[in-house]
Amino acid sequence: MFRNTAAIYLHLVGPLWGKKSGASLTRCLHQTLAMAKRLPARRLDGIDHNPWVEFGKLASEADVVNLGQGFPDFPPPDFAVEAFQHAVSRDFMLNQYTKAFGYPPLTKILASFFGKFLGQVIDPLKNVLVTVGAYGALFTAFQALVDVGDEVIIIEPFFDCYEPMTLMAGGRPVFVSLKPCPTQDRELDSSSNWQLDPTELASKFTSRTKALILNTPNNPLGKVFSRAELELVASLCQQHDVVCITDEVYQWLVYDGYQHISIASLPGMWERTLTVGSAGKTFSVTGWKVGWVLGPDSLLKHLRTVHQNSVYHCPTQGQAAVAQCFEQEQMLFGQPSSYFAQLPQAIQHNRDHMIRSLQSVGLRPVIPQGSYFLITDISDFKSKMPDLPGAADEPYDRRFVKWMIKNKGLVAIPVSVFYSVPHRKLFDHYIRFCFMKDESTLQAMDQKLQMWKDELRP
Amino acid sequence: MSSKLKNAKRIEGLDKNVWIEFTKLAADPSVVNLGQGLPDISPPNYVKEELSKVAAIDSLNQYTRGFGHPSLVKALSCLYEKFYQNRINPDKEILVTVGAYGSLFNAIQGLIDEGDEKPVDGKKWSSSDWTLDPEELASKFNSKTKAIILNTPHNPLGKVFTNSELQVIADLCIKYDTLCISDEVYEWLVYTGNKHLKIEAPVVVQASPQASLAAEGYPDTSSCTLQLLLRLSPAPARHQDHNQNQSRRVMALDTQLLLTPSTLGALAPVTTALSRPRVLPADTSAAPALGTTFPGMWERTVTIGSAGKTFSVTGWKLGWSIGPKHLIKHLQTVQQNTIYTCATPLQEALAQAFWIDIKRMDDPECYFNSLPKELEVKRDRMVRLLESVGLTPIVPDGGYFIIADVSLLDADFSDMKDSSEPYDYKFVKWMTKNKKLSAIPVSAFCNAETKSQFEKFVRFCFIKKDSTLDAAEAIIKAWKRQAS
Repeated sequence: MFRNTAAIYLHLVGPLWGKKSGASLTRCLHQTLAMAKRLPARRLDGIDHNPWVEFGKLASEADVVNLGQGFPDFPPPDFAVEAFQHAVSRDFMLNQYTKAFGYPPLTKILASFFGKFLGQVIDPLKNVLVTVGAYGALFTAFQALVDVGDEVIIIEPFFDCYEPMTLMAGGRPVFVSLKPCPTQDRELDSSSNWQLDPTELASKFTSRTKALILNTPNNPLGKVFSRAELELVASLCQQHDVVCITDEVYQWLVYDGYQHISIASLPGMWERTLTVGSAGKTFSVTGWKVGWVLGPDSLLKHLRTVHQNSVYHCPTQGQAAVAQCFEQEQMLFGQPSSYFAQLPQAIQHNRDHMIRSLQSVGLRPVIPQGSYFLITDISDFKSKMPDLPGAADEPYDRRFVKWMIKNKGLVAIPVSVFYSVPHRKLFDHYIRFCFMKDESTLQAMDQKLQMWKDELRP
Repeated sequence: MSSKLKNAKRIEGLDKNVWIEFTKLAADPSVVNLGQGLPDISPPNYVKEELSKVAAIDSLNQYTRGFGHPSLVKALSCLYEKFYQNRINPDKEILVTVGAYGSLFNAIQGLIDEGDEKPVDGKKWSSSDWTLDPEELASKFNSKTKAIILNTPHNPLGKVFTNSELQVIADLCIKYDTLCISDEVYEWLVYTGNKHLKIEAPVVVQASPQASLAAEGYPDTSSCTLQLLLRLSPAPARHQDHNQNQSRRVMALDTQLLLTPSTLGALAPVTTALSRPRVLPADTSAAPALGTTFPGMWERTVTIGSAGKTFSVTGWKLGWSIGPKHLIKHLQTVQQNTIYTCATPLQEALAQAFWIDIKRMDDPECYFNSLPKELEVKRDRMVRLLESVGLTPIVPDGGYFIIADVSLLDADFSDMKDSSEPYDYKFVKWMTKNKKLSAIPVSAFCNAETKSQFEKFVRFCFIKKDSTLDAAEAIIKAWKRQAS
């Protein structure tokens, strides 16, 4: 039936064929005869929208300073560049597949390096899986363990992918918010001040709870969970027999003498924890897309099953380069010349610079203990200019960010993006800035802020 | 261990994987590895150089566009537009994935639901010739059939689907409103006398169709065009493309198997019948000109390609899906919820490598032309070798694998523990251990119903350097001498 109709149409417009034009008539025609069946699989329901696409577009406008998306705009350290160069110029067989679950020198060094941190003997074959970024590790974990109807506890504010990944696995996200304790007037808030209510957290665990996803240091807040806080989470996970998926990509970016603690190192937790890490965030090479999961074989075997049925292998040379980077860092660890010592020192300066600068226009930053990000309170703006353009029910912070990009040339991310839909209105007075940026970018930021400040004068 | 810390149901039964098992076996460096499909020859120098260059560019070490690095999707669009003779929107109609494997995953996750059916080519022994039986294939389609996965050139058989076979599939897809996921990773690896055809290629009118159509006895252009469409049968119109001077002889063999990627949603795989190989007379109805019509297929097809197979860089793990935006957008949704973006430096290097070869597609130096020539020599060598020891290889018309019935080679399985395994699994394990030669059992590519019909076949990969093939030759010849 279709075919004949197609033939008749095409016959009638015959002379136009063969012309290479923007949208061929044939193509247009075919689209009118598109499939009647529902196309997308149901597992995609509700997860097709992505905030980064929207804000990414806005950020690519001319003459803006992009402090939105979280990646460095400065070069990676020389040793990382050299490691990649080495990986692509030696043995040509590195251009071919490696072992599915991880390039052996990489799994070996990850096992030995993190074994020390977690106080655990880590077997490179059983307890390590290399993935396409930490993002890929998270996906693999959710697919391996979360069943239809399983509940997953997500602590807000959360890195936005946790919710759609839960949904795609048929799971039910259960949210619990970090809440700021009231601060003294004039004192800047700190991420350490944002805490979980223990009773509230406990109430979120049910017999259907399969997993809890923890992110420390936290994106967007920058909170570094304390030992006591981790012990609370750990005891609830053990009590309710829940898997803890811990996203620790910013583990080396910790400031002011705070300590990153991996929950997997707490008593009773190794056997129920999946620890996710990222080469991109560790070595400032987000474009290499190399991540990993560490955990007990009893859980990792399921992630391996997902992995071999989704991507199967990760690219070889990126893994070889990361292995070399870790081998170098292992030798320097604890010394002042270690990248893991130098990087947080340098970035803390950036953080402090940004905190000072943002205050000059009435933004109130929350001092982050870690990560690439800080959030700023925009309540004063909300009360002074509540009616910014935007859709009827669009949260204030989104409208503010769009206004700021357009009028002040600064890009940030609205924090409501990191909250569940019902809670967005409660936290619509914060925006997130990334300070993992070159000095020149921070100076450009200063210029924009100066102009903004000048406009504020009566 | 507690009961809650267990796997999600979706991965039940998916833990076994033939590749993990057999690559472990072949990992012993003293084993001549003709198993897993990876080249042990070097990729072309310019490809390696491009990757080397990009390492020095700072910005290429950070995230790029999630659905594909801009310069790469542009290059892919430019390349494939030549074949589709239509604009391909690089942002909406292309997705870059983690290898072609990743594209298959995105396509199935994005488009296939639980309960959807997908005809999977099984294998049924029949006394007739090995062809795709249109009636049997048709019997597997019904209203629940969401998609068919097509693989041409085919792994492991090396079959290059003919126009008439693609026609059968296209007709069924349109009749049952079914999607086609077309895995074309070996698209450049097609040997003399054969032509890779794209089921989703839209209508093309040739510059001067009249003369050629007249040769078929069509009265005039307009009505014959209509007839051409309705009949969907090959016109003898010629088409200049990069593979110059390909004759129009049909390939020698039609057997097919399909490697089904395991999925994480329940599928009801439906086996179809296949039949035995036959050799067709050289000048039977010719493979049609590229771009001959399969109307209605562009809008329902996702076509998958692979950098690994195109440039002999399997370790770069870059692949792509090309299709109409109403399908690709769902693969993009999967992408943004799974890996988000692929590695930047590799994508940039791949884009540069493509530009080099796009500019010289008529040149014998173009890798898309030189690699199949190089591999055809190796193929012919493998065919001669296997025949010389009395095995009956199935000569592939494309791809870089060759399968052969190994029943004439003696093997002693007396000390094999798991006797329930198919013959070819035991054979390969024994051969790897005792003869230091590895291959892949072909029944791994079959589903449960049809495994027994292929258990005498093993698959050899021939994208290997001469010294590897020399070593394999020595082993096989010695083996045969031993037996006689």
